[in-house]
Amino acid sequence: MTQYNTVLAPVLSAFWDQPNSWTLATYLENGGYEGLKKALTQKPEDIVTTIKDSGLRGRGGAGFPTGMKWGFLPPDDGGPRYLVVNADESEPGTCKDIPLMMAAPQFLIEGVVITSYAIGCNHAFIYLRGEVVHVYRRLLRAVEEAYAAGYLGKNIQGSGFDLDVTVHAGAGAYICGEETALLDSLEGRRGQPRLKPPFPAVAGLYSRPTVVNNVESVASVPQIVARGAEWFASMGTERSKGNGLFSLSGHVKRPGQYEAPLGITLRELIDMAGGMREGHELKFWTPGGSSTPIFTAEHLDVPLDYESVGAAGSMLGTRALQIFDETTSVVRAVTRWTEFYAHESCGKCTPCREGTYWLKQVLRRLEQGKGVEGDIETLLDTCDNILGRAFCALGDGATSCITSAIKYFREEFEAGMHTPASELFPPVRSALFEYTPKQRVALAGAGAH
Amino acid sequence: MTANIDSSDTSARHSGYDAETYERLVQDAQQIIARYPVARSALLPMLHLVQSEDAYVSRNGIEFCAEQLGLTTAEVSAVATFYTQYKRKPNGEYTIGVCTNTLCAVMGGDEIFDELSEHLGIGHDETTEDGKITLERIECNAGCDFAPVVMANWEFMDNQTPESATQLVDDLRAGKDVTPSRGPHKICGFKAVSRVLAGFNDGRADEGPGAGAASIEGTKLAREHGWTADSAKLAPSGDDQSEVAPRTGEPGSSAERPAGKDEAK
Repeated sequence: MTQYNTVLAPVLSAFWDQPNSWTLATYLENGGYEGLKKALTQKPEDIVTTIKDSGLRGRGGAGFPTGMKWGFLPPDDGGPRYLVVNADESEPGTCKDIPLMMAAPQFLIEGVVITSYAIGCNHAFIYLRGEVVHVYRRLLRAVEEAYAAGYLGKNIQGSGFDLDVTVHAGAGAYICGEETALLDSLEGRRGQPRLKPPFPAVAGLYSRPTVVNNVESVASVPQIVARGAEWFASMGTERSKGNGLFSLSGHVKRPGQYEAPLGITLRELIDMAGGMREGHELKFWTPGGSSTPIFTAEHLDVPLDYESVGAAGSMLGTRALQIFDETTSVVRAVTRWTEFYAHESCGKCTPCREGTYWLKQVLRRLEQGKGVEGDIETLLDTCDNILGRAFCALGDGATSCITSAIKYFREEFEAGMHTPASELFPPVRSALFEYTPKQRVALAGAGAH
Repeated sequence: MTANIDSSDTSARHSGYDAETYERLVQDAQQIIARYPVARSALLPMLHLVQSEDAYVSRNGIEFCAEQLGLTTAEVSAVATFYTQYKRKPNGEYTIGVCTNTLCAVMGGDEIFDELSEHLGIGHDETTEDGKITLERIECNAGCDFAPVVMANWEFMDNQTPESATQLVDDLRAGKDVTPSRGPHKICGFKAVSRVLAGFNDGRADEGPGAGAASIEGTKLAREHGWTADSAKLAPSGDDQSEVAPRTGEPGSSAERPAGKDEAK
């Protein structure tokens, strides 16, 4: 049996394979709501301290310390304050919150109750992307079950604390994962980001103090409260404490969710996933979704924690490890991601709206082998004009894959001046099924998106 | 903000709906509005509700939302046109969305889309003449470990091939029930799913699996090796450890306790 230096640390994913894993009954059998019972015996500020001490950092990508975020709320002025859970998981490659909410939604519900208690919120919202209807059913049901069992509603567990939860379905817009765009969307508007400051902690939902946290962050709270900050902090690295879901996808034998301490390496994870698909080798990968600069085989041993990934030139992001082998065209991959950003740009600011449009045009001709002299410089120059100048992080994220791909695979972009990517890297070799490539007549509208 | 609907005065305006439909929609809308402290927050679910009636965001639906929420039709249209799930023309009974974002595209999603497009004779955002299938290229749907992914009315069809996707659309067009990979017993119609998205659960939450095979790869591996989140050394703590919930299978967990003590069973 293989020896592993780092081992998995399943908490949120510990019982996803049990029958009816999503029900309250299964959750209670696995220690569910022990965290809440303990929390309700404590002062709210002590729970904030526990989360600060645990070192939990936002699991939605940015990695901001969760307890500190809660601590930013101004003193109680008697008016409402809100918790809004960001369940709009849409970052390409990111696929952790959706299976968590489908398999064990009560982690999130219990986390919502404890977090709301800690920050003095009596009405919390879960903003779920609309394109996952069965997850919405499971969340609605989980809330129903929690109300029926007295974990939500009036006087929760006899504590005098009241909480209502509304589960809200979005309608398809990546930008709504940006926390202020999410708030605008939840207020029934177009999902466009707001100018910060004021930050949501001061003026968030309905201009009231609001905490916006990612699903996995909130779902991690119950076990931290139940088992103690020291338990959580004993996992991970000095500044990236705890565990998290690592999502492996692409050209590995067993793609999936691997819940591990922060600081595990891709080499270890690929090993756990059975290795690369037979006869192939790693070419490039994203450490945390498409908005994080790509890595190559030389980064296999970078500890996957916030600091180490940052020092190596990327970001831990959402631990969305999209893995591509040597059959894959970097130009094709980057062009498609860029088409995504152009499609999802909300249009509010010029650098992102216009910049992603032009990046798409240049990349498309490079992919077709019709690039012209100076295209690489145009791409880098355009990225330079977006990065740091866009209204929100979407624009910055759009440049990451382009600049990093040119850094590591410049020759493939140069080849785009004369040879189509599909000749250099026939798509049939990258696909996970066998097929005979056909000459197809493109239908009207087939390319539009 | 909520415009109060005086039931005695509804004959004047039904937003183009017949009186019976209108009354039913008003009842639903009032339930939706009641979920929020500010009425306008109900707009997104109400647009899903409109789609559950008309299979798209119709002119009537826009007027209805505006009237219920005290907005102008321009304000409602501005929101409706921002989000890709809101349709501007009648949708087919099933939206077949092929993920062609990078990961799925490279794993075969591009070929699946091309095959379906050719098989159905339609392109992106077009509907078959029988009104059954609307084909779409979709962005990442958070199922990357099951690539290539196809969403059928927003239910997961995992690990697809051109053959399986073609079979899917043929079965749906033939009126056969199809079970998604991770979802309820059958893929429901566009209008029914839109009603769920408006926040009206259809009682199917307990159907289907908790997780797909890829979702539990790590869970299985950890169990095989006996790895737990306590494999890491615990720092000594002054905390009252006795209140900490025991883990499954350990002394004191539900597996060890007499069944009668477990209130949830």
